[in-house]
Formats: sequence, structure tokens, C-alpha cells
Amino acid sequence: MSREMLINLSMLAVLILTGVIAHLAGQGFVVTLATKAAIFALAGMGLNLCLGYGGLISFGHAAFFGIGGYVCGILALHAANAMPLVAGWSGSNQMLLIWPLAMLGAGLIAVPIGALSLRTSGVYFIMVTLAFAQMVYYFAISWPQYGGDDGMSFYTRNQFPGINTLKPFGFFLICAGVLVVVTAVIALITRSRFGLVLGAARQNRIRVEAAGIRPFPVLLTAFVLSAMITGLAGALYADLNRFVSPTMLSWHMSGEIMVFVILGGVGRLCGPVAGAGLYVLMEHLLGGITDYWQILLGLVLLTVVMLAPGGLIGILSGRARHG
Amino acid sequence: MADPGTDPAAGPVLEIRNLVKRFGALAATDDVSLTLLPGEIHALIGPNGAGKSTLIRQITGEVRPDSGAVFFAGTGITGLGPAARSRLGLARSFQVSQLLPDYTVLQNVLLAVAGASGGAFHFLRNPLKDPRLLPQTLTHIEHSGLSGREAIQVAFLSHGERRRLEIAMALALRPRAFLLDEPMAGMGAEGAKDLTRLLSDLRHQAPVLLVEHDMDAVFALADRISVLVYGRIIATGTVAEIRANPEVRHSYLGGDA
Repeated sequence: MSREMLINLSMLAVLILTGVIAHLAGQGFVVTLATKAAIFALAGMGLNLCLGYGGLISFGHAAFFGIGGYVCGILALHAANAMPLVAGWSGSNQMLLIWPLAMLGAGLIAVPIGALSLRTSGVYFIMVTLAFAQMVYYFAISWPQYGGDDGMSFYTRNQFPGINTLKPFGFFLICAGVLVVVTAVIALITRSRFGLVLGAARQNRIRVEAAGIRPFPVLLTAFVLSAMITGLAGALYADLNRFVSPTMLSWHMSGEIMVFVILGGVGRLCGPVAGAGLYVLMEHLLGGITDYWQILLGLVLLTVVMLAPGGLIGILSGRARHG
Repeated sequence: MADPGTDPAAGPVLEIRNLVKRFGALAATDDVSLTLLPGEIHALIGPNGAGKSTLIRQITGEVRPDSGAVFFAGTGITGLGPAARSRLGLARSFQVSQLLPDYTVLQNVLLAVAGASGGAFHFLRNPLKDPRLLPQTLTHIEHSGLSGREAIQVAFLSHGERRRLEIAMALALRPRAFLLDEPMAGMGAEGAKDLTRLLSDLRHQAPVLLVEHDMDAVFALADRISVLVYGRIIATGTVAEIRANPEVRHSYLGGDA
């Protein structure tokens, strides 16, 4: 096993152990922080698939995060009030049903966004994805049925078979479990033939075409998969807070997800775990000292970008980026 | 390997008919017709700005012609994009090498082999361990003289090795024709000699349309030469015919060639 793989697995292990030890020590609040880190890591893993491996700098992933959240919130709201949603079906409070629907919702929106954005590249790609995300954001604000500007609360967490999701540790285990499964899936995909072509499309699309492969369907698939993973994270985040609002869709959120990826290491399997972990840690520790903690976050980000473009994983594995 | 590209009775492998491409008032390609016959090296020469690149890009599918048609291996390909043309076996090398700098030699050739056998949408198996890809990949690496360099990242290859890698990737397409855009560019004298030998061997795999500035290489390699000036082909013929052609001497070879 390569050193980088060892570091990747250690990142997951540190996150999980943090939750477990905090639980054993009776620190429910720390368990919730670890849960938040796991969810942010998951959102970052989604973005990393297209940004890191495919070189598609999406500044619109908050749209998918928020759509996942709204799908979760809307289904839960209808289920709680026995309000019919479609065809007499009144939502659901079962995570195992909510997750695939959240992923489906994010994925369906990602198809047209990706198909149109991929006609551009570089800075235009960034701006087009941002513009689409802002459209979704303003739509949510002006949609009074589900809270509009204020967002909406739902009073109990959705359910998962065999686990009491209202206990912080139960919900932590669910989120950590999802993160581990998604990490394994991404590890598999990025080492597959698809991953080989995706990385090639990041480096040189002309070469991919000369090899007889159209880059567009490959990049679009990566973009949609990426959106689905971030959408799943959004559904979990809604359940964590039992609240969704347009904040989840705002461009600040897109920026934060990007920060998780860059801090941890662009194109590194568990970079987003390291990045999200560090982000939540700084938010908690420094946020307690000053409201302006993001100035310090900015300094850390600047240092990483200038001195260690491989992010935390790059520093720890001591290895330049490879394919 | 039996190759359709080496049977002279089969008619042209690549045929361009009356291709026209205008950019505003400028006719970059002005009614160009050209054939590439099985087993030959056909060189396309011409001064800077003659429209060689535009012509090449219409053959590869990056640029659509205003009128005219391109036929490859007996079928019209005028409406196809670059990837589809590559899959049909139109292999190319580039003026500026187009490789995957973060990948190793092995990964680069693997990509080309993957393109020729089933495309991108396989999500499970690691291509580095795929028995459908690996043996062919290693064969192409060996044929292009890069054995022992499989694990080297492209960013660390010499210029000559990159040229060889491009050719290995072209071979991986099981090509029916090669389109080589200035393969000698930037090569030293010694490297150019090696590469000339490699290119000369290529014609046994498939015919070569060679765009090249290095006249020594062109005269040493080409079976036929076409001269492009201001978007028009002013002459096509053997090396001796082109050397003797007064119009070519006047407009391109400068009289002393």
C-alpha cells in the first residue's frame, strides 16, 4: 500500500475515532462536530471528483448540496404533516428512501447544468456554474411554500433502520458509514478505466479525442456523479440541523465546499476529509475567540495554496501530484 | 498483422475532394483535392501561412469545411468529429506534442489502447491490471523503443522520447492511416535521423500523410509530395518531379534546392 493511501485511511480513522472517543467521554457536542465534519467531507468528496480528478472547477456545487437538503426537508415535512406531495404520496421519513431521491434530484439538475457548462472552459466554466447555482438560490428564496427566505424546520430527524438517529452518536455512525462507502466507491471509480480517461481529459482533451474517446460524456458523467454525492451530503446536513434554508444554496456554500477540497488537497482521495476536518476544527476553536475567524482561515488557505498546493494530504504524503 | 492500408489495389485510404474553407475573405483552403494511397508516404509541404494547419484540421475533424468532402477507408467522414475519426483508424501526431504530462508512459499508451477497445465507460477494473489492455500496451511501448521507461512520468521524458510516445499512442489505434504534423520539429540532427528511420517503417503499418518542414526528411521519406501555396495545391508528384517543377522552385524551394 502506498504511503498516500495509508494517509488517506488515517484521515478517515482519525475522524471516526474522534466521534467514538467523544461519545465514550460523554462529549455529545464534539460528536456533533465530528458529524458535521463527516458531512462536509462528503460534500467535498463530491466536488473533488469533478474538480480534482476531472479538472472541472465548479463554483456551483452549493446548488446540489442545497437540492439534496431541500429534497430531504420537503419529504420530511410532508411525511410529518401527512400532506400529499405527488399522486397521493405524502413524502417519507426514511433515510434509505430520502437519500436516493436526494441524489436523483441533484443528479437530474446536474445534467443540464453540466451539459451547458461543459461547452465552456476555464474561468467561463466557473462563472456559468456559479450562475446556475444562483438561479437555484433565487428560486428557493422566492418559493414561499417551503419557507422561502426563512427556510424551513422539521422537528424530528428522519429514521434509519436499527439506529436511533436522534442520538448524536447514532447519527454520527450513519454519516461516517456513508462517508466510508462513498470513499470506497470513489477510490474504485478513479482507479478504473473511467478514472484513467477522466484524468486524461483533465490534462489534455485533444489527446483524449485523438485516442478515439469523446471527452464530453466522460466529463458530464463525472459532473453528475459529483453532484449526486454532494446532494447526498446535503440531505445529511439537512437532517443534522433539522433545518434547510437558501443558505445551503448560496455561493458562500460553494466556496466553502471548494475550501474543503483545496485545504485537504485537490485530487487526493481523502483530501476533503482532512480539509473539512480542519475547517470545522478552526471554526470551533477560533470561532469561540473571535467572530472574524475566517480571516485566519484565509491565511491558512493562502499558505496552503502558495506553499503546499497538494494540501494537507500532499504535505503528509510528501509526494507531488500524480495521475 | 494483415493491413488494408498496404494493398495498392484497394484505392486511396484517404481522399479529400474539393475542400474549401474560408475565413472571411481569406480562402485558407481553396478547392483542395488530395489522395493518400496504400503503402505510401505522402508529404504535404508549403511555406508558412499556406494553410497546412487548416487543411490538417479539416482532415482530423476539428474544423468543418465550407464545402467538399473527406473520405476515409471508403466512407464519407466529413460529418464526423475527431474522436470518431480516430476510432476509424485515422491516427495522428501533433506539431506540439499533446501528451498527458501527469501520467506515466504506461498510462498514456493505456489511454490510447482503451480508446481503441471499448471506450471510457468501465468503472470497476483497474486498467493497469486489465488483460484486455495491458499486453497490447506493452507491445506498442516496445515497438516504439520505450521499453524500460514505462513507469516514467511524461513530464520527465526527453523531447525525442515524447515523439516516440506519440507514435506509440498512434499505433495503439490500430491505424489505417497516419497523419503526422511536423514530427521532426525541434529534433536534433541525430534524433531526426532516428525518427526518419521510425517513420519509414510506419508505412508498412499504414500510409502516412506527412506535414513537414525538414526538407531532408521529406526528400528521404516521401513517395509523393504535394505543395500547398496560398490554400491551393500547386503541384503533386514524386520527389524528382517536385524538385524539377519550376513553379515549386520559384514559390517555395527558393531556386537552390
